[in-house]
Amino acid sequence: MLESLAVLLLCQLLGELIVVAVGWPIPGPVVGMGLLFVGLVIRGEAPQPLVDTAQGLLGQLSLLFVPAGVGVMTHLTLLGNQWLPLTSSLLVSTLLTIAVTGWLMQRLSGPVADSGGDR
Amino acid sequence: MNDRVASLWVYLSASPLLHLTLTVCVFVLARWLYRKAGRPAWLNPVLLSVLALVLILTLTDTPYSTYFEGAQFVHFLLGPATVALAVPLYRQLSLLRRHPLALLVSLLTGSLTAVLSALLVAKLAGATDQALISIAPKSVTTPVAMGISERLGGLPSLTAVLVILTGILGAALGPWLLERLGIHNPMAQGLAMGVAAHGIGTGRAVYMGEVAAAFSGLAMGLNGLATAILLPLLWGWWIG
Repeated sequence: MLESLAVLLLCQLLGELIVVAVGWPIPGPVVGMGLLFVGLVIRGEAPQPLVDTAQGLLGQLSLLFVPAGVGVMTHLTLLGNQWLPLTSSLLVSTLLTIAVTGWLMQRLSGPVADSGGDR
Repeated sequence: MNDRVASLWVYLSASPLLHLTLTVCVFVLARWLYRKAGRPAWLNPVLLSVLALVLILTLTDTPYSTYFEGAQFVHFLLGPATVALAVPLYRQLSLLRRHPLALLVSLLTGSLTAVLSALLVAKLAGATDQALISIAPKSVTTPVAMGISERLGGLPSLTAVLVILTGILGAALGPWLLERLGIHNPMAQGLAMGVAAHGIGTGRAVYMGEVAAAFSGLAMGLNGLATAILLPLLWGWWIG
């Protein structure tokens, strides 16, 4: 459990360091996620304690968004001015993305609906 | 008596413990309500908690910075949690072996569609640059989206709320839209829900079957990675 937490924190720290050193605009934790992912691929399996720790943390993921979400209270004026572009963008873009992604995948993965074979 | 209550309040409101406890308790209550009501998408516990906390803080005249002194302990865990996303992504990797090319092409196209259409519509409707970059990563899982928004000069808190609203919209309208378009392939359904509506969409895709759920989870992880890499490039081109 503690080893797994150490691994997660180390990956994040390394990710943050790389981002600062290289000057990438990518978030440090995302680079950390990439590092851990590559590590798991090289290793060929995910150790059970790491799986358990990750699941424990991800199981409570939605709570972790709350403090940042409450920050909208500092942007109420912006929301008041920008609600129309924001809501129209949300609606159009979400529906369009679902349609494009689903249609393309269905077309490209073959005409058979539930494709048992891989040819 | 009133003096005592007042001094107790002064003491409590200055301690980070109060707002940490408040955050966890409000969330637990919101989640209880959500489950009790049969998990309807519109009663999303994060959205409910945010609304309740904003109301409480406004009524008690508490500035956000004071609140965040306590809440930052919860907030800090977002980093390690983002790293932990590598574990489910790795476990879903075997799915890539089924139609790898179709999957990657659809995923990248979906990723670009999500970002570009969000930017375009918002711009046409008169959004400012700050609002634009805050909404651009709206289809990406919240911790990654907030990170992207922050790095590119957006408002992570606005992004968090927009991401959750996107998830709710996708979960509510996605299955209906897929049906209307005649998209019955479960891999395609799952991919569409995961790319467009991240974890909340994946939660809905679970009801569309095991294949749809697995592809949705994979799509969510890969879309986070793809957007984190592509959006900074696109944004540089957009404002440049």
